[in-house]
Amino acid sequence: MTEPVAAQSAQARTEAAPRKMQPIVPAQTVSGNALVIVIAIMTFLSCLTLGAVTLVRDTASMWQSQISREATIQIKPADGLDMEAALATVQQIVADFPGVKDARIVDREATARLLSPWLGEDVNLDELPVPRLVIVTIDETSPPDFAAIRAALAKDVSDARLDDHRTWIDRLVSMARTTVAIGIATLGLILAATVLTVVFATRGAMAGNGQIIEVLHFVGAESSFIATEFRRHFLLTGAKGAAAGGLAAVVVFIVFGWWSSRNMATPEADQAAALFGNFAIGAAGYIGVALIVGLIAVLTAATSHITVVSYLHDIDMPGHGDV
Amino acid sequence: MIRFENVGLRYGMGPEILRDISFHIPPKSFQFLSGPSGAGKTTLLRLLFMSLKPTRGLITVFDKDRARIAQRDLPALRRRIGVVFQDFRLLDHMTTYENVALPLRVRGRDESTYRSDVIELLKWVGLGERMHVLPPVLSGGEKQRAAIARALIEQPQILLADEPTGNVDPPLARRLLRLFIELNRSGTAVVIATHDLGLMEQVDARRMILANGRLDIHD
Repeated sequence: MTEPVAAQSAQARTEAAPRKMQPIVPAQTVSGNALVIVIAIMTFLSCLTLGAVTLVRDTASMWQSQISREATIQIKPADGLDMEAALATVQQIVADFPGVKDARIVDREATARLLSPWLGEDVNLDELPVPRLVIVTIDETSPPDFAAIRAALAKDVSDARLDDHRTWIDRLVSMARTTVAIGIATLGLILAATVLTVVFATRGAMAGNGQIIEVLHFVGAESSFIATEFRRHFLLTGAKGAAAGGLAAVVVFIVFGWWSSRNMATPEADQAAALFGNFAIGAAGYIGVALIVGLIAVLTAATSHITVVSYLHDIDMPGHGDV
Repeated sequence: MIRFENVGLRYGMGPEILRDISFHIPPKSFQFLSGPSGAGKTTLLRLLFMSLKPTRGLITVFDKDRARIAQRDLPALRRRIGVVFQDFRLLDHMTTYENVALPLRVRGRDESTYRSDVIELLKWVGLGERMHVLPPVLSGGEKQRAAIARALIEQPQILLADEPTGNVDPPLARRLLRLFIELNRSGTAVVIATHDLGLMEQVDARRMILANGRLDIHD
């Protein structure tokens, strides 16, 4: 007597209890997991490349600004030239030009120090025809008219030569621009590879869902409903993979930054700092990472959408299916 | 309800698979569609279900010219036609209950509005105890009944079944046939594609025989 009652109530419970419905697109499949991993790896590589490009770009502009901040005026000794008076005249002439922040004479002691590695400590500058320097600090935002300075110097102190480091700056600028261009081209290639990989991996993951699309279509689902289900699913998949890749890249940036600051005093780090400054990715780098993550998630969703639409289009075409 | 007039179909540049097909499926009728394997039974069912367009001829579905039905109007019309596929086409990640409820779910209906209907239908096809089981665990006959239940959940005006007894033993085939007859008595037109002569002999119904791309009708 009790058994049928118990069985009945168990059945009633099963029927009454609302169960959580499975999503229409299955959550976990082998190809879905592979897609997340592929997206994560490609996002990681893209973000690292982006970080490297922003680092090189920042370093290049740092080199450029450091070297273009100064110019030097060299006065060669000549017979009958009062060097100290010439230095003072040059300093006065240059300091008056707009765009010149400061003009500083490298005094005898400093000159001697500069030459000491070659000439020894007890050098007497009066006995040697040593050129002297005036260092000019330039306002980078509005640099002075170098041609006008040269003309003014030629008029009053004929033995003074202005070196605005133009040759060096030009070389550095072109080198920096080339480096940045190579970096941007590499980033472009990596992004293109990422886009293609994500598109093909998504299509691969979609291939297993052909039957689901067909069944939904045949039970009378609107095309927009089917496309939305898949888009939502793949947006989530893409976002998961891209976020993991982007996060890994950010961790790498932070770890490198921490490592370089921790080893600041070592010769290796000094060398790296001389080349790259502090290994730190700026805000642009992090914004770029966020953009790449968003782009890849959207790309995955868009690919699944296009695949669904073209699949539905094919279903209704003659020639699809068996006889 | 569905009318074919001189319908022909070819795939791409190939030969015509169906030639000059003309027939009418009246409401509440019962018919078998028969013919040897590869004769084009499935293709004809696909034409009936509007998942293929004919290369020539006129098909009228619920008084509408098939050629003039807009793509966006197809889902609503398809809901009036139930289809049972030869290979069941159940989604393996969903339970029997969820598979049967799928046509209602894709229309955006809330589960609470259809739960009792789905359970009642599952009991009617004899799957009341198997509603929370995934299709890979079901037997061939159970899958077939789940597919039939899914085709019937929206109470279609016509049911198309492609070889519904192809994967089951004769006693179950007879049970399924009784299910179709019962359904027909309740007012649904039924078209069963089969090459099982034994099945056809059990019912005195119209037979549409496809051979060499042409259709012979024996009333």
